[in-house]
Parts: sequence; C-alpha cells; structure tokens
Amino acid sequence: MAPSAPSINSTMSSRMATARPSSYRHKSEKRGMTYNIMLVGQAGLGRRTFLNTLCERAVIASPDAPNPETANVADPMKFDTYEVAMEEEGTRISLTVIDTPGFGDGLDNTSCFKQLQDYIEAQFDEVLVEESRVKRNRRYRDHRIHVLVYFIAPTGHSLRELDIELIRRLGEYVNIIPVIGRADSFTVEELDAFRANVMRDIVYYKLPVYNFCWDETDSEALVENREIMDHIPFSVVTCDEVFDNEYGSVRIRRYPWGTIEIDDEAQCDFALLRYILLNSHIADLINYTEDMLYENYRTKKLEVGGYGENDEEEDDDEEDQALGAAKKQE
Amino acid sequence: MSAPANDSQDYVGFDTITQQMERKFLKRGFNFNVILVGESGMGKSTLVNSIFSSHLVDSQGRRTAQEVIRKTTEISPVTQTLEENGVRVRLTIIDTPGFGDQCNNEGCWVPVIKYIKDQHAAYLERELKPQRDRVINDTRVHACLYFLNPGSRGLRPLDVEVLKRLTEVTNVIPVIAKSDSMTVEERTAFKRRIKEELVFHRIAVYPYPSEEDCDEDRALNSSIRDLVPFAVVGSEEIIDVNGTPVRGRRHGWGVINIFDETHSDFVHLRNFMLRTHLSDLIEVTSQRHYEQFRTSQLRQIKELRAQQAAAAASGGIMGSMPQQVPPQVPAVHQPMA
Repeated sequence: MAPSAPSINSTMSSRMATARPSSYRHKSEKRGMTYNIMLVGQAGLGRRTFLNTLCERAVIASPDAPNPETANVADPMKFDTYEVAMEEEGTRISLTVIDTPGFGDGLDNTSCFKQLQDYIEAQFDEVLVEESRVKRNRRYRDHRIHVLVYFIAPTGHSLRELDIELIRRLGEYVNIIPVIGRADSFTVEELDAFRANVMRDIVYYKLPVYNFCWDETDSEALVENREIMDHIPFSVVTCDEVFDNEYGSVRIRRYPWGTIEIDDEAQCDFALLRYILLNSHIADLINYTEDMLYENYRTKKLEVGGYGENDEEEDDDEEDQALGAAKKQE
Repeated sequence: MSAPANDSQDYVGFDTITQQMERKFLKRGFNFNVILVGESGMGKSTLVNSIFSSHLVDSQGRRTAQEVIRKTTEISPVTQTLEENGVRVRLTIIDTPGFGDQCNNEGCWVPVIKYIKDQHAAYLERELKPQRDRVINDTRVHACLYFLNPGSRGLRPLDVEVLKRLTEVTNVIPVIAKSDSMTVEERTAFKRRIKEELVFHRIAVYPYPSEEDCDEDRALNSSIRDLVPFAVVGSEEIIDVNGTPVRGRRHGWGVINIFDETHSDFVHLRNFMLRTHLSDLIEVTSQRHYEQFRTSQLRQIKELRAQQAAAAASGGIMGSMPQQVPPQVPAVHQPMA
C-alpha cells in the first residue's frame, strides 16, 4: 500500500485537486485516490452484479451452486472486501468495495444494523487513533466508508421497515445513496410512482439520505445536484452479458420480449449513478465523510471521554469517583 | 330431466348420472378458497386478479407515508360470487398483508397456519353436530399460492420455515410472480434450484403423486411438476400492440404478453388451477388435509375422555358416572406454531 498523507492534508488536497503543484499531483495520481464504497441490500437485488458492472470486470465471481442443505441456514452477515484499481477519466482510484452478504436475509434481522454501525465506527476509530499517534504510520490507509449504496426492493409500494431502520440508523455515520435493485421489473409509470412513494417516506420519516446539495457555495453545481436528486432512488439494472455489435460492445440484459441496454440513460439510471460514484461526486462524497461525518463522530467521541486533551484529567476524575463509590459500598 | 336414450332394451341408462350430478351442481354452486402468502410487493393481488380476470382484491401494500407500517401478519378474506356459463363459484381470496415484512419475521406464519386450521376446525365442528346442515359451507382453504422472491438464488430461510408448515395443512402451489425481471436462463436455474431444495427439505408441494392416477393424469401431473415454481407475470391492464389488445406490461424495451408461453407460465398456472385441477384441489383438501386434521383432533378428544374417565374412576369412591364431554373442537385445537 502506498503511503498516504495525514488526514487533514488529504481533505485539502482532494478539494484543490486541480490547483495542486505539479509534483504533488504526480505523486497522488500514481498511488490513486483512496475510495471506499459499501454495498448493502438483501440477496437477490443485484449487489454482486452491480459491483461487476460498475468496475467493468468480474470482481465477484458467481459463486458455485451451493448445496441445498444451506438454503434455510441464514448466514450471518459478512463483510467481504474487494480491492479494485480503477482509472476514470485520467484519475486513478484505489477502490475498495465492501459487500455485505447476509444483510436482511435471516428470519430476525434486527442485529444487522448494529453490526453495520460497529463496522463503520471501527473505521472511524482507526483514523482517530492514527491521528493522535505521536509517530504516524506512513503506510496508513484510510478505510472510512465514503458512500453506502443501499438496494431497495422493487415492491411498488413504499419503503419497508428494514429500509427505514437502516437509513435512520446509519445516516449519521455514512453517506447513503438509495437505489432500486432489479428496476427492470417496473414499467416507466410504476417506476415514477415508486420513486414518489419512496421520496414521500424519506421526507415523512426524515430519513438521512445523502444530500447532494450539501455544499451550497457552488451555485452551478447546485443546479446540477438538484436535478440529480430527482432521480433518487436511482433505478439500477445490471448485466452479466456483453453484446458486440457494429458500434462496439453493448451491455445488455436479454428478455424474450426485448433487450435492455444498461448504459442507456433512458432505460435506467445505472450510467448516471456510475458517473456520480466514480467521477463527478467522488470528491464531494469523500469530503463530506471526512469534514462532516467523521468530524461529528470525533467530537462526540471526545466529549464522551475518548482520546481528548483532557484525557488524563477525566481519567483521574473517573478513578476518584469509582474509588468513592467503592468506599461507600464497604 | 332429459329422458335416457332408449336405443335398445339392454340399455340401462345409469350413465346419465353425470348429467344428474351436473344439474345438482349447477343449482348449488361451489366454494373455492385460495390463500395468498408472500411479502408485500410480490405481485399477489395483481396475479390473482389476472387469474380470475376481474378485480377481486385490492393490493394491501402501504403506498402513503402516513399509513402505519404493519407489525404483524393480518388475515384479510374477501368473498365474491363469480358466474360462468351458469356455474356459480363463491370465491374467497385470503390475503395476508404484513407477512414477511418486518425486520424480525420470527413467527410471522402463525396467524396464517392458525387461520387454515381454524377453517378445518369449524368444518369438523359442524360435521360433528347432532343436527347437521345438509350442505356445510366449506371455508377450508383449497389452495395456497406461495410467492417466492425473484432474484434470490433459492429458498430463503423464511421460505423453508413457512413452506414446511404450510404444506402440512393445505395444498401449496409455489409461484414467482414478478418474473419479468428474470432472464430465461435465470428463471431456469432458479426453478432447478428450488426443486432441489424442496426435495431436500421434504417439502411436498401440490400436485401430489397418487397411485390412483391413470397414465394420462400422471403425465399431466409430471409436466406440471416440471414447471414448479410457476414463473408468472400478472397484469390488470390491456395495452395496445399494433392494434391488438394485449393483457400485459409495456416496458421501454418491449411488451410482455402474459398469455404468451415464452413470456411467462401464466397460462399454465391458470389452466392448472382452474381448468384441470380445480376439483382435485377441493377434493384433496377434503381427503388429505382435512382428514389428517380430523384424525388428530378426534384422537385428542378420545385421549382426553379416557383421561377424564380414568381420573373419575380412580377418584370417585361412589363410582359416579364420568362426565360426558361433548366434542369441544375449538378447545382442543391448539394452533401449532
């Protein structure tokens, strides 16, 4: 792993990507931007194929047909990490994708939220520790999750309890972008209606999904971002088949009644989402994670009495109180 | 009643019993009760409305933000009388909104199993009455459409738990309702996997093999079993395809005709449920599921009486008569979780 700059400098550097001195840019382009995406959603919504289609290669191979014995055994949720070196429009991205198979697939799924929260917090904690080291690790790699892509089932109704709980619980720790998996089961009208229902729920339950318009200083981007927000949740259709025609290769999904082109923006939002995730908004997502989400977490943690400057004093106080309490009990 | 054909003096004429039965049947009509089990948004209402070609049930899914999210499985039966060529059917569709929709779905099947058993219990109670009705109103569930999730690679843990219990009390027909998001290869692989898992878990779905079947029936049943689970697409909309009205769905990349056999198994499912196996579904409910229930209930009552008799005999010094316990079917009936 290439050495990375300490966290404060990397925030500034990603913001001023175009204004960096040439020698510095050369270094960071060589090692690639550190970018971590988490995929969450029940089985059957296309997480695996989404990753493969996003990275344009088979990152996760299709698993072998497992034994029938394992059907009713709910696997506990796992965190599978995949590292992919990407290059998008000249920028190198050192992408890590964390897949979470098992989420929402068991009979009782209430423990999934805590597991996810613990995982995300653990990455924050690592940075917290790293920041306060006297001698910093030059090879340190940032594992904070910059965006969580959450797959909603295409029910046609509104959000389910699982969806609402997930966004509600994790929205303060990670940027959540909701997408509709298997969106090809909807007609255009159904998709619009479903989107409207989901948006109403998001407003009604005050669900903290990622607000593309968080940076109000850039008015041009604001217009573009408002348009992007109309697509939430993004409709995703993913493919495993590439078809070569006279114009080149086309990624498709073939049905007896027609063929859908994944990259056609009129048919689904995949191309738009990909561009957002890997090009236009990568800096925004990283910045928001580092400047807002992580900082909020850090502040809360330090107030409670973690690694703050008043650490020693607070510890002494706690010790005194504990001794006092023990004495009283005797 | 039409006079029997009197061709020869040897002609007896008992072959007209089929016409006699048909007349009685036409007068009386019959009951058909179907329960729909599956998470919300799987296409249950649309499918059932498509099968019967009329808007029988409304989707119970939550569509507004203000509606409260259901915390348990509700049982919501809707009865309508349909008529076709003089034949009347009292059709009851039982929807189960809330099933499988929570974060914690432990026990979400209990209200469903209880409902099915309660219908058996109600029928038994009426059967055991000293003064029985001439025709008992049959509310027993004749068929259960179980909705699988398209896209999952096979049965989910919830499916296994529920199917095991459902197949013990009613005829279960597994379907994949919104199968228009699966390619043909995915569909084939999914069906194969489901069949393997059903065999492995010893889950017996309808139709059941029977020694009574003649070759023709066996062939038909085996071709039906090949199709299970039925990958169907439902639609209540008629769309215009180059001037022809088609019941189907219009996507940006093509039009699905639900009656097209290459598009979905809808025709096979409908024919199977209504045109070939309708009376079998009703009969098997009575002869297999109801009989099992009845046997176990009566056995329990018998044991209960024996216990009470033994208790009275050992406890009563005066040798008083043991209390006659009337068949309290609802009391003995324990809904098995």
